Amino acid sequence: MKKKVCSVILSSIFWGSGQFFISKKKIRGLLFFGAQVLMLAIELLTGYWFNWFAGQIDYFDIGIYGGYFTKGLWGLITLGTTPGVGGDHSTLLLINGIITLIVLMAFAGVYVWNIHDAYKLGKQLDEKGIVILPPGNIQRRKAFPYLALFPVGVIIALIVFMPIVFSVLTAFTNYDANHMPPAHLVRWVGFQNIVKLFSVPIWSKTFFSVLIWTIVWTVCATFSTYILGLFQALLLNSRYVKHRKIFQAIYILPWAIPGMISLLVFRNLLNGQFGPLNQFLMDIHLIKQRIPFLTDPTIAKISVIMVNLWLGFPQFMVMLLGIMSNQDTNLYEAAEIDGANKFQVFAYIKLPLLTLATAPLIVMNLAGNFNAFGSIYFLTNGGPTNPSYQFAGDTDILISWIYKLTLDQRMYSMAAVMNILIFIFIAVVSVWNFRRTNAFKEI
Amino acid sequence: MKNKIYSFLVHLELIIMAILVLVPIIWIVLSAFNPGNGLATSSLIPQSLTLDNFRRLFVETNYGLWFLNSMSIAVLNAILSVILILITAWIMSRFKFKGKKASLMTILLLSMFPTFLSMAALYTLYLNLGLLDKPIALVIIYVAGAIPYNVWLVKGYLDGLPKEIDEAAYIDGCSYFTTFRKIILPLSKPIITYCAVSQFMMPWMDYIMPNFLLSSDTSKTLAVGLYGLITGHENTNFTMFAAGSLIIAVPITILFIVFQKNLAQGIAAGANKE
Repeated sequence: MKKKVCSVILSSIFWGSGQFFISKKKIRGLLFFGAQVLMLAIELLTGYWFNWFAGQIDYFDIGIYGGYFTKGLWGLITLGTTPGVGGDHSTLLLINGIITLIVLMAFAGVYVWNIHDAYKLGKQLDEKGIVILPPGNIQRRKAFPYLALFPVGVIIALIVFMPIVFSVLTAFTNYDANHMPPAHLVRWVGFQNIVKLFSVPIWSKTFFSVLIWTIVWTVCATFSTYILGLFQALLLNSRYVKHRKIFQAIYILPWAIPGMISLLVFRNLLNGQFGPLNQFLMDIHLIKQRIPFLTDPTIAKISVIMVNLWLGFPQFMVMLLGIMSNQDTNLYEAAEIDGANKFQVFAYIKLPLLTLATAPLIVMNLAGNFNAFGSIYFLTNGGPTNPSYQFAGDTDILISWIYKLTLDQRMYSMAAVMNILIFIFIAVVSVWNFRRTNAFKEI
Repeated sequence: MKNKIYSFLVHLELIIMAILVLVPIIWIVLSAFNPGNGLATSSLIPQSLTLDNFRRLFVETNYGLWFLNSMSIAVLNAILSVILILITAWIMSRFKFKGKKASLMTILLLSMFPTFLSMAALYTLYLNLGLLDKPIALVIIYVAGAIPYNVWLVKGYLDGLPKEIDEAAYIDGCSYFTTFRKIILPLSKPIITYCAVSQFMMPWMDYIMPNFLLSSDTSKTLAVGLYGLITGHENTNFTMFAAGSLIIAVPITILFIVFQKNLAQGIAAGANKE
C-alpha cells in the first residue's frame, strides 16, 4: 500500500498518527493527537459518560448526562424539554448550542488540516523516500499570523458572529412575550414567521408601508443633504465670498455637535404644545394655530427630513470642499476657452466630476440612513402612532420598528425575520459598492 | 455693479443659512441658563440668567455618575479597540497566510450587520455570564463591533505604506514586535488618531445598547440619562436637560473640530476603502 494512503487512514482515526508512525514527524503528530485528546476529554469530563459505561445510569438522557458537545447539540435541536425555573432555559440552550457548533467547527478544521498534512507528508515519502520539513524558524513564521489573530477571532466569534447566528435562528422559533424562558420553552416553528409576515394582512400591510417610507426617507435624506451640501460648498468657493472661514466654521457645527443632543433639542423646539417655534410663529402672526410638527403624519415626515437636512449637510459640504480644493482647474479654463459658458462648465464638467468623486460617500450615506435609528427615534419616537399598523408609527423606519418590536413588544421572532431582510438589503448594496472599488481585487 | 449684486446675494444666502444653523444652538445654550424649569415656562430669550440648572443637575440626578460611566467606557473603548484593530490590520496587511481572503470577506459581511440587531442574544449571553448592568459589558460589545469595519479601513491605510521599509527592518534584525512598534506605529499615526477619536466619541451618545444592558440608575450612561430626563418630563426638566446637554456637547464639539481633518479623511477612506 502506498504510504500516503496508509498515512491518511491512520490519521483519520487517530489524529497525527500518520505523521507520527509513517513519516516519523513526532512533534507534529503529537500536536495533532493532542487536539483529538483535548476534544474527547472535554466531552467525557463534562458529561457522565464514565458513569454510563460503569452501568450506573439506566437510561442515558443526553440533556442531563451529556458532555459539552452532545449536550450543546441536543440543546440546539430540542431547545429544552422541561419548562419552568430549574428546567431548561431555551434561549440559553440556543446560545450554548451555537457556541458548541463554532467550537466543533474549529476542531473539524484541525481534523481536515491533519488529514491534508498526513497526505502531503506521505506523498513526499512516496516520491522522494524522505520527509523534509522547512526549518523551525520558517514554520514559526507561518504560524505567527494564526497565533496573533486567535484572540481577536475568539472575540469576534463570540460577540459579533454568535449573536448574528442567534438572531437569524430566532426567526425560525416562536420566541416572544408568550414564550419567555425560563418559565416557558421556545420551539422551532420553521418558516411560520416569514409566512406570517407576508400573509397576515396587518403584518404585511405594516411591513410594506414601513418599507416604502424607509426607502423614501433614505433617498430624500441622502440627496437633500447632498444637494444642500453641494450648494453651500459651491457658494463658499465662489470668489465673491468674504470671511469664508467664519461661515465654514459655523456650518460645521451641526456635524460636530453630538447628533442625539441636536435631535432631542429639535424634538423640543418643534414640540406641538409648548414648542418655542410655534410660539414664535404665532407671536409674529404668521400662523393662527399651532402646527403639529411632530404629530401629524405628513408634517412629521417632512419635519424628520428637514431636521436631518440640518444635521447632515455639513458632512457633504466639508467633503466636497476638500475635493474641490484638490481639483485641477485647467479643465474648466480649457472649457471656457473653447466657448463654454459658466452654466455649461458646471453642468457638464464640474458636477459630473464631483458626483463621481463623492459616489462612494453617497452610497455609504444611503446605507447609513436606511438604518438611521436615532434620526427617527429621538425626534418623533416613530410617532404619530398609526392604529392600522402593527406596533408602528407613521415615521417609523424598519430599524426603529424592529427596536419597538424587540424592546416594547418582545416579539423577538418577528423582529428577527425583519433583521434578516435588512441584512440582505444592506449586504447587497454594500457588496455591490465594494466590488466597484479596487480594494476587492487587491486582497 | 453686477458683481456687487452677486456678492450681495451670495452673502445673503450665507447669512440666512448661518442663522438657521445657529438659532437652535443659541436657543439650547440660553435655555441652560434660563431660570424657568419647563419648555412652556422658559421663554425663547430668557429675561435673566442663572446657574441653578447646573446645580440641580448634579444634586437632583446622578449626572456625575453618568458622566463618569460614559467617560470610563469611552476611554477603555478607545484604547482597547485601537490596539486590537491595529494588530489585526497589520497582520492582514503584511502577512500572507491561508484563509486570509476568507477571513477578510467574513469580517466585511459581519461589519454590515448593525450591532444592535443582535441585542437579544447579547442580553441572554450577558445574563448568563453575570455581566448585565456592568459598564465593562458595553466596552466588550463596542470593541468587538468596531473591529470588522475599522480593520478594513486601517488595512487599506497600511497597504498604502511601502513594504520595503519593514522588510529592511527585518533584514537589519528587528523582530516583528520591534518593527511594528518602531515603524508601523509612527507611520500610521493619522489613521490611529481617527480610530481613537471616533471610538472615544461614539459611546457618549450611543443609546440603544446601554439602555438595553444597563438597568440601574447609577450604572446608566449619559445618553440614557439625558434621554430619560427629557422624555415625558418636558415641563419639569427641560432647562436641566439643556444644561446637561451643554456640559457634554461643548467638549465633544471642540474635540470634533480639533480633529476635523482626521475625521473627514477617515470617513472618506471608509467610503472609498482604498
